[in-house]
Amino acid sequence: MALGIIIGVSVIVSLLLIRLLHILYRSGKPISDKSPKSYSTLVVLGSGGHTAEMINLLLALDQNRFSPRYYIAAATDNMSLQKARSLENSLAEKAGIKVAADAVQYMQIYRSREVGQSYITSVWTTLVALVHALWLMLRVRPQVILCNGPGTCIPLCAIAFLFKIVGIRWSSIFYVESIARVRRLSLSGLILYKLRIADRFFVQWPHLQRIYPRADYVGCLM
Amino acid sequence: MREGEEGADQWGRPKKVVFVTVGTTSFDALVRAVDQQEFKQVLLGKGYTHLLIQMGRGTYIPAKSEGEASSLVVDYFTFSSSIADHLRSASLVISHAGSGSIFETLKLRKPLIVVVNEDLMDNHQAELAEELAERKHLYCARPQTLHKTISDMNLESLLPYHPGDATPVAKIINRFLGFPED
Repeated sequence: MALGIIIGVSVIVSLLLIRLLHILYRSGKPISDKSPKSYSTLVVLGSGGHTAEMINLLLALDQNRFSPRYYIAAATDNMSLQKARSLENSLAEKAGIKVAADAVQYMQIYRSREVGQSYITSVWTTLVALVHALWLMLRVRPQVILCNGPGTCIPLCAIAFLFKIVGIRWSSIFYVESIARVRRLSLSGLILYKLRIADRFFVQWPHLQRIYPRADYVGCLM
Repeated sequence: MREGEEGADQWGRPKKVVFVTVGTTSFDALVRAVDQQEFKQVLLGKGYTHLLIQMGRGTYIPAKSEGEASSLVVDYFTFSSSIADHLRSASLVISHAGSGSIFETLKLRKPLIVVVNEDLMDNHQAELAEELAERKHLYCARPQTLHKTISDMNLESLLPYHPGDATPVAKIINRFLGFPED
């Protein structure tokens, strides 16, 4: 009996390991579907400078290819979603169309830790934030994730990676390190790079590309 | 570099505004630095006539001044939705090190001094200001050295910043996802 459990567990663990290796092998490689129409896209917004950079990226992408779009920002950040709304309004105006109600959605997410919060209470708030992130990700199940720095992108990207392993949803994760990072990656960037969660990792200064050779140096977005 | 908007104050001096901005948080060390009498004298000596301070959530209140003959007109406010207008009408901008403020100012081709807040825990912001200062797009200072930076600065030596764009990123993303090149 005990032996059976041990064998069963080891089989499951090995299968998961094989799956993980397979995912890591496939991650970072181009999507094989050669005639995609559009991908549902999750855009993770941060405060101030982060949002301005993300909006520049969105302006360079064909909105029909990245649709529907889900914007997500921290619950304490009212500015970013407002900026995303005015971006979407101007895009729709330029295209001369009315955006379908479900083509663009705006969501807020709990942050695991606010600036200055104590570490003890942040254990609890981190759990709440994780469950909330999981709930949002199950609803959205994005095929593309665009993020550029705020801490809120870590649970979302980790869950997306988990979805890949379990087979719930395959997604491509793109991370653009903030222009403010000249010599060192942000913590978010470091995690997504080191754990190979980001399929493509972009940096805006040449120095970072020399330290992190898997990154793409793309010049300044601003 | 282009000078601020044309215009003159009530004594007929050409209006030259120095705009100080701390962004969404507080940066009392900077507000205190620009409130010093010696500092204002340096600005006057450089031909500036107005000092306008956006002080954010700071608690240090600078002294207002109507600008009696041969002194600086000083005014302050906490927040404004028209920061862009203030930047546009400034002849010199003194800003905190946030990337939003920095690039908004550079895009307007305004002379810029970035002051790094040394009280911040995670002080990665200095990286950006120092890199752009090395490339001669702006001056980088600390609250205690701002005074000297202004006395020594030569705005003619600053180089205009040419804004970048996201097309290289977009290209790689499109290729990765299998979209044809446009």
